[in-house]
Amino acid sequence: MAQGAYYVPHSTKWPIVGSVGMFIFAIGAANWLNSGPTGPWLFAIGAAIIIYMMFGWFSEVVRESEGGLYNDAVSSSFRQGMIWFIFSEVMFFAAFFGALFYARMFAVPWLGGEGTGAMTNELLWPQYDATWPTHGPAERGGDFETIPGFGLPLLNTLILLTSGVTITMAHWALKKAQRTALVVWMVATIALAVTFLFIQGYEYVHAYRDLGLTLGSGIYGSTFFMLTGFHGLHVIVGTLMLIVITIRCAMGHFTKNNHFGFEAAAWYWHFVDVVWLGLFIFVYVI
Amino acid sequence: MKRTNELIVALAVLAVVTVITWGLFAVGDNMPRGVTPFSKDVYHLHNTVLGIVTVIGILVFTAMFTSVVVHRKSKGYEPAKFTHSTKAEITWTTIPILILIVIAIPATSVLIDMEDTGGAEMNVKITGYQWLWKYDYIEDGISFYSALDRDSNRARQIGSGINPRDVDNYLLEVDNRLVLPTNTRIRFLLTADDVIHSWWVPELGWKRDAIPGMINEAWTYIEEEGVYRGQCAELCGKDHGFMPIVVEAVSPEEYRRWVEAQGGEVAMEPEEHPGFVGRDRASGSDEQPEESAETINIAVLEQG
Amino acid sequence: MSNATTANHDDHHDHHPTGLARWLFTTNHKEIGTLYLVFSLIMFLVGGAMALVIRAELFAPGLQLVNPEFFNQMTTMHALVMIFGAVMPAFVGLANWMIPMMIGGPDMALPRMNNWSFWILPFAFTILLSTLFMPSGAPASGWTLYPPLSLQGGNSLAFVILSIHLMGISSIMGAINVIATILNMRAPGMTLLRMPLFVWTWLITAFLLIAVMPVLAGAVTMLLTDRFFGTSFFDAAGGGDPVLYQHIFWFFGHPEVYILILPAFGIISEIIPTFSRKRLFGYTAMVYATATIAFLSFTVWAHHMFTVGMPLGAQLFFMYATMVIAVPTGVKIFNWISTMWRGSMTFETPMLFALGFLVMFTIGGLSGLMLAIVPADYQYHDSYFVVAHFHYVLVTGAVFAIMAGVYYWLPKWTGHMYDEKLGKIHFWWSTISVNVLFFPQHYLGLAGMPRRIPDYAIQFTEFNMISSIGGFAFGFAQLLFAYIVWKCVRGGAPATAQVWEGARGLEWTVPSPAPLHTFDTPPKVDDSVTAHKDELS
Ligand code: HEA
Ligand code: HEA
Ligand code: CUA
Ligand SMILES: [Cu+2]
Repeated sequence: MAQGAYYVPHSTKWPIVGSVGMFIFAIGAANWLNSGPTGPWLFAIGAAIIIYMMFGWFSEVVRESEGGLYNDAVSSSFRQGMIWFIFSEVMFFAAFFGALFYARMFAVPWLGGEGTGAMTNELLWPQYDATWPTHGPAERGGDFETIPGFGLPLLNTLILLTSGVTITMAHWALKKAQRTALVVWMVATIALAVTFLFIQGYEYVHAYRDLGLTLGSGIYGSTFFMLTGFHGLHVIVGTLMLIVITIRCAMGHFTKNNHFGFEAAAWYWHFVDVVWLGLFIFVYVI
Repeated sequence: MKRTNELIVALAVLAVVTVITWGLFAVGDNMPRGVTPFSKDVYHLHNTVLGIVTVIGILVFTAMFTSVVVHRKSKGYEPAKFTHSTKAEITWTTIPILILIVIAIPATSVLIDMEDTGGAEMNVKITGYQWLWKYDYIEDGISFYSALDRDSNRARQIGSGINPRDVDNYLLEVDNRLVLPTNTRIRFLLTADDVIHSWWVPELGWKRDAIPGMINEAWTYIEEEGVYRGQCAELCGKDHGFMPIVVEAVSPEEYRRWVEAQGGEVAMEPEEHPGFVGRDRASGSDEQPEESAETINIAVLEQG
Repeated sequence: MSNATTANHDDHHDHHPTGLARWLFTTNHKEIGTLYLVFSLIMFLVGGAMALVIRAELFAPGLQLVNPEFFNQMTTMHALVMIFGAVMPAFVGLANWMIPMMIGGPDMALPRMNNWSFWILPFAFTILLSTLFMPSGAPASGWTLYPPLSLQGGNSLAFVILSIHLMGISSIMGAINVIATILNMRAPGMTLLRMPLFVWTWLITAFLLIAVMPVLAGAVTMLLTDRFFGTSFFDAAGGGDPVLYQHIFWFFGHPEVYILILPAFGIISEIIPTFSRKRLFGYTAMVYATATIAFLSFTVWAHHMFTVGMPLGAQLFFMYATMVIAVPTGVKIFNWISTMWRGSMTFETPMLFALGFLVMFTIGGLSGLMLAIVPADYQYHDSYFVVAHFHYVLVTGAVFAIMAGVYYWLPKWTGHMYDEKLGKIHFWWSTISVNVLFFPQHYLGLAGMPRRIPDYAIQFTEFNMISSIGGFAFGFAQLLFAYIVWKCVRGGAPATAQVWEGARGLEWTVPSPAPLHTFDTPPKVDDSVTAHKDELS
């Protein structure tokens, strides 16, 4: 509040660039899904425009921020923005968790004849025995094995939890204005993130190649890959954020009291972490 | 002086609003009473709730229009200053709650009645297809398809040149009716082959979705002989409007005769069915749903 | 708390780009508000034109104009365009224009993102509407896109889903902006309980948006993967369930209908005190009632699915929860009437629309209550009774409130008074025709006419004809509306700062038309400027 006025930029080309990028991206994606020949190209062009937009837009914001144009109210707005954005992401995952719970608690047992499903089982799926994991009464995708939770997934859990610690160490370092420690902790976090992604990728290959577990493996495969897949996507985004922030740290951006960009990335990282805990418990363990 | 003014206007407005409301009831259709105990329960429940909300509406509008008529600037009415009254606010929170409880009690008991599907004397499996119905009489081993009748089907085509008014029971007639005995507790087992449909005969008092891969249960007990017509009630593609349902309720004796006459008819595949109007979906809907034959598994049910 | 101090306008760029660039690059909340409102009006006419195709086909039994497949596309697109293209953007437009002015802030909290939220929309709707011209046609499975039917759609499905994603992103960013603005940009003295109700209802709406738009995104993403990547979310053969989609969709869908009505409540709460020349009755109760409605809206979704065969306990729960919503909504109705009671009323067009809202929203709400009664809903469900219910709450509820708001604030935006006489004609014409349009649909539903059908049995003819006539009459009334707005933008009697004799609140302290930048220096706020008194303080 002390440092003056609320900064209101007057005009900007980035949003319209972004909108055009999203437009092309969406058309490309839809085309691609329908096996249209131009799909992948449009998709890539759209993605490139979006990346260009983010780069341009964020550079502008960084410039303004480092130029001291933002007062506390502005950074408070950014904070609000980030918090609510993360909340929206939580709700996105909630939809998929909801699907998982519904399938396990209702749909599959009903198909197996429990509760209101007695006739369903008897008339339509008499041979079906409800168990979890399942690929459904029609055995979609053929036989498969699941990935045991207390192997690599547990390791991944530990990796992500550790990365939560390292990023907090980085934050402390930043608050104490210890630049080198800050960068070191950030690099450690990124290393953990990349390791996580690597293991996750390995696991996917293993599932597809050796276990017969695919996206098409009935409801189990669907929920497993969609949940872990979207999580993985978020880890990738989070990792990119961490990389950008680390570079900025190395360039001497942020002060001990004013480092919204850092915090945003850290919050996002914690969010990704918490979602993983949910996944670990409900997808792998229980 | 203002008080009496308000009262007189309120009574006048009340009279007007009531007259209008009754006028609206007089010109309109109401829900059919139906021919089953459940449909009658629903009919009464509907009327009760309709009555209650009508009275609420009349009171609310009366208060509002009284104010509109009396508290006008053009009449030199000076605005009052009050902005709050705990007493009033508690009242108009509590009274609606009480009204809701009064509604919830019969609603709950009717619902509980309906959901008890036990004690069935006969079972009919109903399967929805795009766009016809299949009926399997489980105990009597009869099974057939039922689709829009030819006359309606011809008349409904764009530019058919046939005036729908010249067709008997336009869009509400089928080739093979669902014949059911009266005074019998009948359980329906509903499912679908391709997409979700919904089986609705208003005179029976309910509709229930027919969902592919799942069986839904519902039951009826028809008290009067007659022909009862309904339609598919869940959007199921281009001919959703053209898959009617006709129930012919006959006495149990006549029903037995009808069963005899069928002589264990074998089901046709829907494509062979003369009244079949589907499977020629408009452009774009190219694929057949994946498992047609697989899901219709006419297992004969042991008396359940 | 109220952090807004003077605004600092960025000097790096050209100050005011002109022509198209001005609108493409603007970060000004008023210009963006205008963009939203214009977009919304266009979409309303497009969606309305589709409704007229529906009504024209339904004028008489037999198929005359369109084939059934196209009819279903019209139904689907009409709803998507009206909800996501007309009503939601209209509310965001009003929020953009009014919220910063009402709370004494210099602009929206995140002006660049504000521009982005808007400009995604025209692109999203270009994609959505383009599906009409694809060989497979637009989606035809109803706006609810239930599988398995929606999965049968042709190539358009992927386009529709991606356009829904874009709309969702736009809405979420818009909502984030509203929340950040309200929590962050208030002038000193503008405590939460001094905020106008429009601001409050939008704060709560924004929360709902952020909570449920991602859920819709999840639902349609599952459709996409079921269709293109072999997942089995909605396929019983693979262990899923078509009904699962309905649960997820309505977990979004029911809060969505309150997203479409809460800002309307806010607008009405601004207008009634002004033209009653009396402060809003029971302000605090109104705030709590709004919050209660929002909270309850997460617990009632399955009332759209009473016929899918849920366990008894679930049906009872959803019935009771739905009924309870009548209580806080009733509180609002009663408070509005108490605001009018012993006021000193005049009946300019905004007030007329507000009164129309009050009566007809109540009718729609009461039929909603009837729908909540499970055994009766076994009859009502998917019949025209439901169509009548939701058009009363959506058209004579949400749309009437938007029109009331437009008439109310138009002088503030343009600096001119609109043509009062035409406004009154618009009101009476609309109100009479809209009832001719939708009231008979109650009877149709009760008599057994299912919704989403292009042709019907003979006994439904008369009421359908009446309804169609009402539809065309109502449609033409809306062309008059467009003309009135256009005329007011072009000129008219100059408006004063306060515009309406009884108007209170910060937005009425700035000149009309409101200058591009208001409250660069935050105003001082106390009870004397607000339209209500927080009776607890
Ligand atoms: C703005 C949008 C809006 C609003 C506000 C509402 C409000 C309500 N709706 Fe509606 N509804 C829709 C939009 C909306 N609805 C839509 C779009 C659909 C169909 C979707 C589709 O299938 O395509 C639908 C469908 C729908 C159904 C499903 C019907 C079916 O398909 O079978 C139900 C069932 O319970 C329902 C109930 C209610 C209730 C109880 C309210 C309540 O909030 C109403 C509360 C208000 C009042 C009750 C009136 C005022 C109160 C008083 C005067 C106090 C005293 C009153 C009493 C004590 C009773 N609605
Ligand atoms: C906010 C939402 C909203 C609004 C405003 C409306 C407005 C209208 N609606 Fe709609 N409607 C829905 C939301 C809405 N509707 C939803 C959610 C459904 C369910 C869909 C589904 O089942 O999936 C539905 C379904 C629906 C049906 C049922 C269709 C079916 O079941 O098959 C009907 C039928 O009468 C209908 C009619 C109308 C009419 C006549 C209007 C009128 O109020 C429209 C008035 C406006 C105009 C007519 C525009 C004026 C313009 C002109 C006159 C000129 C046009 C010319 C050019 C643009 C060049 N609507
Ligand atoms: Cu079958 Cu609609
Ligand atoms: Cu609802």
